[in-house]
Amino acid sequence: MRYLPLTQEEQQEMLQSLGIDRVEDLFTAIPKEMRLDADLDLPAPLSEAELVRHFSELAEKNNDLKSSVSFLGAGSYDHLVPSMIKHIAGRGEFLTAYTPYQPEITQGVLQSIFEYQTLICELTGMEASNASMYDGASALAEAALMACAATRRELVVLPSSLHPEWQDVVKLYLKSQDVSIAYLPYHEKTGVVDAKAFDGIPWSEAACVVVQQPNFFGLLENVASFKKVAKDNGALLVMAVDPISLSLLKSPGELGADIVVGDGQSLGNAMGFGGPSLGFLATSGTKLIRRMPGRVVGETVDTDGTRGYVLTLQTREQHIRREKATSNICSNQALNALIAAIYLSVMGKEGFKDVGYQCLQKANYMKERLIQVDGLSSPFSAPTFREFVIKGAVDWEEVNMRLAEHGFVGGLPLARFGLPELVLFSVTEARTKEEIDSFVNLLRGLIS
Amino acid sequence: MTTRKLVPLIFERSTPGRRGYRLPDLDVPEVPVTDLIPEEFLRDEAPALPEVSELEVVRHYTQLSRLNHGVDVGFYPLGSCTMKYNPRVHEDVTSLPGLASIHPYQPEETVQGALELMYNLGQYLAVISGLDVTTLQPAAGAHGELTGLMVIKAYHSQRGEGHRKEMIIPDSAHGTNPASCAMVGYKVVEVPSNDRGGVDVEALRGLVGPNTAGLMLTNPNTLGLFDENICEIAKIVHDAGGLLYYDGANANAIMGIARPGDMGFDVVHFNLHKTFSTPHGGGGPGAGPIVVREELARIVPALHGQQFLPGPIVEKKGDQYVFVTPENSIGRVRSFYGNFLVYAKAYAYIRSHGPRGLRQVSETAVLHANYMMNKLKDVYHLPYDRTCMHEFVLSGVWQKEQGARTLDIAKRLLDYGYHAPTVYFPMVVDEAIMIEPTETEPKSTLDEFIDVMRRIAEEAKEDPKLLLEAPHNTPIKRLDESRAARHPVLRWEKA
Repeated sequence: MRYLPLTQEEQQEMLQSLGIDRVEDLFTAIPKEMRLDADLDLPAPLSEAELVRHFSELAEKNNDLKSSVSFLGAGSYDHLVPSMIKHIAGRGEFLTAYTPYQPEITQGVLQSIFEYQTLICELTGMEASNASMYDGASALAEAALMACAATRRELVVLPSSLHPEWQDVVKLYLKSQDVSIAYLPYHEKTGVVDAKAFDGIPWSEAACVVVQQPNFFGLLENVASFKKVAKDNGALLVMAVDPISLSLLKSPGELGADIVVGDGQSLGNAMGFGGPSLGFLATSGTKLIRRMPGRVVGETVDTDGTRGYVLTLQTREQHIRREKATSNICSNQALNALIAAIYLSVMGKEGFKDVGYQCLQKANYMKERLIQVDGLSSPFSAPTFREFVIKGAVDWEEVNMRLAEHGFVGGLPLARFGLPELVLFSVTEARTKEEIDSFVNLLRGLIS
Repeated sequence: MTTRKLVPLIFERSTPGRRGYRLPDLDVPEVPVTDLIPEEFLRDEAPALPEVSELEVVRHYTQLSRLNHGVDVGFYPLGSCTMKYNPRVHEDVTSLPGLASIHPYQPEETVQGALELMYNLGQYLAVISGLDVTTLQPAAGAHGELTGLMVIKAYHSQRGEGHRKEMIIPDSAHGTNPASCAMVGYKVVEVPSNDRGGVDVEALRGLVGPNTAGLMLTNPNTLGLFDENICEIAKIVHDAGGLLYYDGANANAIMGIARPGDMGFDVVHFNLHKTFSTPHGGGGPGAGPIVVREELARIVPALHGQQFLPGPIVEKKGDQYVFVTPENSIGRVRSFYGNFLVYAKAYAYIRSHGPRGLRQVSETAVLHANYMMNKLKDVYHLPYDRTCMHEFVLSGVWQKEQGARTLDIAKRLLDYGYHAPTVYFPMVVDEAIMIEPTETEPKSTLDEFIDVMRRIAEEAKEDPKLLLEAPHNTPIKRLDESRAARHPVLRWEKA
């Protein structure tokens, strides 16, 4: 086998040193009736060249977004990714390391996580970040549970303008611990939650209220009203944010958020059919910091007084606290967090601001052009950032298939989430005016 | 390892006004930002990200990487983590735009290759586990445990047995097992180990009852030992109406040799970042798919596991692959379809090896572990002296008497250029040293490591101070962990 270096002679030597004749003799602890007597029913092995060919064939059955022009978003975004990232994050010293259990020989990973935590704090305006979660949705679910533990309350208030898949994940995690959910409807004209929606919620029981900013429709919620209702009722404010938007928008810290989560795919990570990405989770205040799930890296000194980094606050974690841990999370998304950190570093203060600015301008340009098309309109009035919803009595699934023939990937038809006629577009800095103009013209032709 | 210079923080390299990356010029007509977003929504100052050139970023991370040990750097016998070689071709094939640059919401017709891969991987994992239906959604082993427990809970609830909330877990189990139980509101009931390192069957008999939801077991267990009584254990749990959960952390010992499904397990998770060689990336991303039994013949009525699995999963209809959400699905455990680019590497691994190759992987992993154990057990205490599987657990109690503890042995190993084994786990062994050599190491590496372990045993006898003060040659010395926990500094602040 390609990756097995053991030679026949070496195997003989090893068997001899163990005083046995055959490798099978090592498996006698497995009851005989359980041992397989036939090969597993799997395809025959491929050489490296055959494997590459096989993968190329699989890949060719997919329309990739490098060779088409995409306006899909809804949680996975086609941003520009600096070329150096793959070279640096692909270094074997990062790629092939485990969780940094031996800090003396894993300062590279530990320091990069410490820097990642600092970068997340800069974006969110919070005091502390953990080392990453699986994705934004599960990070939100864990944040809601964290709020329940911190407030000793068992009701979570969710906006219905939250990404439907995130709603599903939160619902499942909360149901598993018998936590109730109350939903805040969004206003059908604005597309965001208005303060009237807060009526009728049993706020005295609420552990937290969640707001997604921008929300699933790309619209900006009035976070101040969420903060007020939370504060008045002793509930926590949990914000789910798009990290790119934080280049322009007020930080959650400034808005009074208690826990902030989000998905970091847009920070230099591949779309990869939805994963791997990373979730981030940040909070403020000693009480909440000590309730964070997952790994956290802290600064300390070695026996010579030299600055260094270690995994810390581990008494929150499963390997120490077992069933009393703040979460069961063990492996996280370290390499994706590293990519996010490299992305934020190389973009830098000005570059990152440019990304947000260009997304805003280009998305706005496309939105204005689309609503000039006969039959299309903007159903919601709240301000948007990088994504927006367009309404049209059009078979969007069918239109998307036609667009695909011209090398375009259209927006996401929201009929799959029970919202017929609506379609969600995302425009990043990676799109050009020419692409937008061609798309709008093509679409106009297809639906007229 | 030679001493390497420590690296300043990226923030400490920052120079106001410096830039690392430029976007193309904006080509659409500009509108004042405040015409688009109300001023009160906008931040006054951009986030204080570093201001560094691209070269500075490249050097920074390259220097950081040089402070780090990985499988690519040297031997990594970290027990229970299966630190085998991660083939580089897997990085290449999963970087193809047709896989890396596809969007989870593209029309199914335009991602048939991705769905085909998911469908086939699900089938392969079912074949390897001896179970029936796979979901690829869980992002890591612990996430798989959580998902599996949610499925078990849904199963009991649907049968009107929602009161079954006790999950039995051996005292040697991974910490994630009890922590995952807590996440689904299950009460953990601990079953002790017997003197052979397996589950104490008589104790188990006394623990099962009408409230038993099931048993979570790693087999081979965290001592690296196969539980010979697995048939009886399965029968006891099933007779009590419980289900068996297989923690696949140690599946590297059994591929093509025995299958959890044949042992009586009903739900399995695999750690693809262990057994199936997807790189661990310094702590993730992993992938923790679960496979469940379609029906529990003889013992309990049909599980129809598929109907509870998180959705969507891929099915084949004619020559098309489609997403379907199982009837009675528990919902979702994360967004989209899991860590696709990670499990695509596991798919590549399975395709590269084929059935015999996988079997040879497990046979070699077990041979390596036994060879090493046999060459060390005269100088380190071996608490369970029997044939091990892919890993084994020594104890540092003899060295402790001489004045050096397991932690010191681990730190001394760093001086010799190795990553340390897993230490102080499992908790049932005093001063535990858990070693997993894996199958991809050449015999010369195993022999060198054996020599070094023996030398360290000598050092412990003659000069324990050498161990107590180790490591000596690493970029940094032992770090003050209690200071880090007492006065947490979790981010850099401008001086």
